[in-house]
Amino acid sequence: MPQPAIDVSHLTKRFETVIAVDDIAFSVKPGETVGLLGGNGAGKTTTISMLLGLLKPTAGTVQVLGADMVHHRYQVLHRMNFSSPYVELPHRLTVRENLLVYAHLYGLCRPRERIRRLIEGLALDDIAKRRVGSLSAGQKTRVALAKALLNQPEVLLLDEPTASLDPDTGDWVRTYLERYRDESGAAILLASHNMGEVERLCSTVLMMRGGRIVDRGAPAALIQRYGRRTLEEVFLDIARRRDGSEGVEAAQ
Amino acid sequence: MSTGLAVPRARTGGTARRIYAMLLRHLYILRGSLPRLLELAYWPTMQMIIWGFMSTFLATNSSWVAQAGGVLLAAVLLWDVLFRGQLGLSLSFMEEMWSRNLGHLFVSPLRPAELVASMMAMSFIRTLIGVGPAALLCIVFYDYSVFSLGLPLIAFFINLIMLGWALGLLVVALLLRFGLGAENLAWFIGFMMAPISAVYYPVTALPEWLQAVAWSLPATYVFEGMRAVLFEHRFRLDLLTGAVALNLLYLSAAFALFMAAFQSARRRGTLLQVGE
Repeated sequence: MPQPAIDVSHLTKRFETVIAVDDIAFSVKPGETVGLLGGNGAGKTTTISMLLGLLKPTAGTVQVLGADMVHHRYQVLHRMNFSSPYVELPHRLTVRENLLVYAHLYGLCRPRERIRRLIEGLALDDIAKRRVGSLSAGQKTRVALAKALLNQPEVLLLDEPTASLDPDTGDWVRTYLERYRDESGAAILLASHNMGEVERLCSTVLMMRGGRIVDRGAPAALIQRYGRRTLEEVFLDIARRRDGSEGVEAAQ
Repeated sequence: MSTGLAVPRARTGGTARRIYAMLLRHLYILRGSLPRLLELAYWPTMQMIIWGFMSTFLATNSSWVAQAGGVLLAAVLLWDVLFRGQLGLSLSFMEEMWSRNLGHLFVSPLRPAELVASMMAMSFIRTLIGVGPAALLCIVFYDYSVFSLGLPLIAFFINLIMLGWALGLLVVALLLRFGLGAENLAWFIGFMMAPISAVYYPVTALPEWLQAVAWSLPATYVFEGMRAVLFEHRFRLDLLTGAVALNLLYLSAAFALFMAAFQSARRRGTLLQVGE
């Protein structure tokens, strides 16, 4: 049985009086895509920040590719990558310049060759010489994805990877990500509000609310368990449960 | 459709390559913006022109200035090394904040010490671009070459830019702690030191109690050393030693402060959100 690429145990983050993440545990195996679902303030971004080592947990452990991300993150940062619409690339650099800078930061061999493949693969040819600041939101999302795939990461953390993309391009990017995962065996953790995307890409979904994982399972299993037709209905069931009752996992 | 990315991972380079990457990032900006390049040289040149006329006037009306032609011009140019050194480092960091790029940088293999090294290197380049043309124009306009200071000029330059880096790192630490609300510090923190650094006048011109404060600043040692070269034609090793010792102390303290601010940001979770 393969070692998990991501292994989270009793992870907790407290900001003064607010508990942003409350004693969560999960793992992601190589080649697996796990979805992180939850409303605003559920703790998704805080969880991703701790996985990246950008945020120190109050308690618990985060291991990525066997490295403790609190103390030894530099052992594995070159083997993982990340994309989020809330973090941008330098606006005044062109797409190609940005990718070259990050290719050097990640120590890639033959960086220009890798960039050429990405530009072709993600259909960025037309905008490769344009400054990132002049791109549309959808184009920026594709460029961010190119940056996230530069180092062929074994662990990929994606926050809203298809935000701002039109349905056609969004579908195309999802296909690209599926193929990338299947070819490289990468472990992908995906935070998204797009339920169709999660249903399609993820083998397991973690439902978060108030910093806790309140339920988890395969999308189809969750839909069946809640007696709903779609994952979106399951999401709404959990998100709107404001009477203090919890999901199946939390109740157990 | 294949992503074409499933090729064996191979990596080259380490610290040097990551620092190079960061330099490349800032050089791309400079290369792509003539106004930015001109802006770097604009203020040092303006300062030099104003003080050049002042020097010309004082050379015939002040016996002190007349004793050593160029004492004011050398002071102006050297002061700009400190100021540009500080600003150059702070600006490199602020560029990342303005473009909301810090999150990407801090999840890349780039280590904080490498980021600092790249900002220092960039500050050196910005300082040369800013002060270099002013120093050359000074020869043309006022027939004074700061290079006539000889080898001591290198010691003065190194010490002043080191102090600039220490101040710049202090600003960066405050930016990490307080966000872009601390941005204005980058523009005036250097000026706060100017009155007590004995730039244009000897340290003895200050009130006695302020002289003690002045001697706690490496810049004071440098400018006193500069006047020793110009007036007494001798290089004061004691002053150089004082400047180097204080600079090492301040640079170490500033780096420690930067690391403390970085770790604090990791605890508070502000590294992803830092920006405009």
